Amino acid sequence: MKQSLFTIRKNESLTSTVFRMVLEGETSAVTGAGQFLNIKLDGLFLRRPLSICDYDENTITILYKVVGKGTEVMSEMAPSVSLDILTGLGNGYDTTKSGDRPLLIGGGVGVPPMYRLAKNLINEGKKPIVILGFNTKDEAFYVEEFESLGVEVIVATADGTLGTKGFVTDIVKSLSNYTYFYTCGPEPMLKALSDCTTTSGQLSFEERMGCGFGACMGCSCETKYGNKRICKDGPVLEKEEIIW
Amino acid sequence: MVNTKVTLSGITLDNPVIPASGTFGYGYEFAEYYDINMLGSFSFKGTTREPRFGNPTPRIAECTGGLINSVGLQNPGIEKVISEELPKMREVFHKPVIANISGFSVDEYVYCCEKINKEDQVGIIEVNVSCPNVHHGGMSFGTSPEAAAEVTRAVKAVTSKPVYIKLSPNVTDIASIAKACEEAGADGISLINTLMGMRIDLKTAKPAIANTMGGFSGSAIFPVAVRMVYQVYEAVKIPVIGMGGVSSAEDVLEMMLAGATAVQVGAANLVEPFACKNIIEDLPRVMKKYGITDLNDIIGGAHK
Repeated sequence: MKQSLFTIRKNESLTSTVFRMVLEGETSAVTGAGQFLNIKLDGLFLRRPLSICDYDENTITILYKVVGKGTEVMSEMAPSVSLDILTGLGNGYDTTKSGDRPLLIGGGVGVPPMYRLAKNLINEGKKPIVILGFNTKDEAFYVEEFESLGVEVIVATADGTLGTKGFVTDIVKSLSNYTYFYTCGPEPMLKALSDCTTTSGQLSFEERMGCGFGACMGCSCETKYGNKRICKDGPVLEKEEIIW
Repeated sequence: MVNTKVTLSGITLDNPVIPASGTFGYGYEFAEYYDINMLGSFSFKGTTREPRFGNPTPRIAECTGGLINSVGLQNPGIEKVISEELPKMREVFHKPVIANISGFSVDEYVYCCEKINKEDQVGIIEVNVSCPNVHHGGMSFGTSPEAAAEVTRAVKAVTSKPVYIKLSPNVTDIASIAKACEEAGADGISLINTLMGMRIDLKTAKPAIANTMGGFSGSAIFPVAVRMVYQVYEAVKIPVIGMGGVSSAEDVLEMMLAGATAVQVGAANLVEPFACKNIIEDLPRVMKKYGITDLNDIIGGAHK
């Protein structure tokens, strides 16, 4: 974990509620896809944990949905504003277990971490298949960005306004040639994927956090391998250890 | 040069700053980020006889100037704390530590204190009679002078270490409870634990915390804590460790003026992992600003 100041370089809307923020600062503590940031915002007591979409030597990109006070404040921030951020939080996805053809399944605000994960897997010479799920076309984001990585991208919308009509699980059930899966999204989706996938996989969980770095036990969960803190021992858990 | 050293029951601390139980684990999480040996001491995670997972999640809800938590004393149980956590803690912290003990019966407090009494690194036993998160548990001991005194007496009988009773603010007369603990043999008083609080989520129209209510802490409760430390200092002669919303070196001085010999920092650690380090480093500057050369001179200063 590292605490440092970042400067907002970009803060733009992707849909009516989803924003992309590019932050410039010290990124050395970020070690992999699936990790998160914890952002201090003026006037709010707790930091806001947000997953990392992508990063390089001096920037971090996050995609966030306005769902409450914190994200609302963020959506109104102008470039050049500086933010106190904890980086390098969470375990992130382990790409060594992926096999040649892993599925990457992102649902709604669970889409962002899949982006860096896809990049990492491609760099390792693997051929991921990306499945993105949204409620409707107007809420879809980052489809082109994923396509421009050169991977196979399948989109599902609940109302059929973009891609296949249905849920990500409908698509997963129609596939059989995958070697592993990685996912992030709403918990009912994670559960459904855990049930319908035929391989092992890694699932990223969300929980209300106090500190975000393992001190307060606010986000504990019971697993088959003992109690874990979503913030420090997660947010990524393996399919086999999860107690639903 | 200023003197920041204070003494609790014969144990001299380099400074009065102590991370509060439940916000600092067993220290090693924070030792990854800075050398925690700069701390006066720290109070490790509340320990019970049996292992506890604690309450269901969500356990955390934000408030203006603080948060509500209902962790519910998650801990691996006294045996594992001694066999697994304390050896790891010893590697990163080399000063006397405060062992925070909770229980659901007098027997359980006695059992845990007897065990922890054998641990050399434990300088002080902090008996939590005030955690508001466990049903039929700690709360009842901390809310009546008789019950608090009963726990104090029972624990004192089985340990040679100084015993500090950590009190709940959710009472009508904190001074009478502190006094009862002193008369029962307590070596000091720690206060305040969290205030009972509750938030309701407007979207779901349900309590924000799975356990409905929880303990409210953070800078918002600081004035309540200062008031209660002030009242308890008036009522007892034993040392007081003040806590509740402390987040700056100025807050430490204010707490000491109210009557605290040492000061614990809780919620601030969760949003500012370097909170205690920052406070300790800032103390000499703030002392100088107010013309203080020795912290011992200001303990209870507001009462004169």
